[in-house]
Amino acid sequence: MSNAHDDELIARLQAGDQAAYAQLVEEHAGKIYRLALRLMGNEADAEDVLQETFLSAFKSMDRFEARSSLSTWLYRIASNAALMRLRRKEPEQVSVDEPVERDDGELIPRQLFDFCCLPEEDLLREEARAEMQRAVDELPPSLRSVFVLRDIEGLSTEETAEALDLSVSAVKSRLMRARLKLRERLSQYFSHGSAISEAR
Amino acid sequence: MSASEQHHHDPEECRRYLSSLSDYVDGTLGEELCRELEAHMRACENCRIVVNTLTKTIALYHQIPAPEMPRAVKERLYKVLHLDAYRPKSDPPDQSVTL
Repeated sequence: MSNAHDDELIARLQAGDQAAYAQLVEEHAGKIYRLALRLMGNEADAEDVLQETFLSAFKSMDRFEARSSLSTWLYRIASNAALMRLRRKEPEQVSVDEPVERDDGELIPRQLFDFCCLPEEDLLREEARAEMQRAVDELPPSLRSVFVLRDIEGLSTEETAEALDLSVSAVKSRLMRARLKLRERLSQYFSHGSAISEAR
Repeated sequence: MSASEQHHHDPEECRRYLSSLSDYVDGTLGEELCRELEAHMRACENCRIVVNTLTKTIALYHQIPAPEMPRAVKERLYKVLHLDAYRPKSDPPDQSVTL
């Protein structure tokens, strides 16, 4: 979305134009719901996060200073809402400021099955997709949020940093950890699947 | 590539490049380090596999279809926001949600 488009919409929103609020919902609700669903892992919580995001955005619209795009700002509100909910749900395991593990030893690749050569139909079948989703759901929220925004939603490293209030280097470090964990998990999954097909 | 090069694997050297792999697959790794890593990969099959499968992992996630927001969720959102009167009249048909 162009800056001019954002500027015009922000001016109308800050003037209290209700049609502009509906336009904001039309343009952004789909992707905010998608982000919420991917972070929360279920539709009911995703809907709560979606509603909370827009209610909160509407309340603070007069304070929005356009230092980021409307899209990044909404991603930021939604990510915060999702991470706060996850923390409330699992207070022992989840913290918004959860330190990312520092033990590099844990990230050393151990699975060396080259699944790239498997047929695309095996890599993209329903069961494999479900495993990919489970793998994301099981990432710590601090890594999941970075991976979803950067690699699934396609935000740049800088936009991801802005949306999650992290430094660019923290985003890069968390993204690398998330990617390596997912690679490890998928390698294990596909090597197992490949062994089963070979045994048939 | 010679047979001895193909099987070269020095865990300490591989570990040194671990933190650069993500930037490498994104194409944002500095030129010098990129050349070093590529030279290392020519001799290290393990690192080649890790880079290939890391790239493939990211590509597979890109191919997952985006879940659509169900129409009922959108309707409830408009209601909660008291924007029913401003809702566009022609919404596309509802679609089921898949992750």
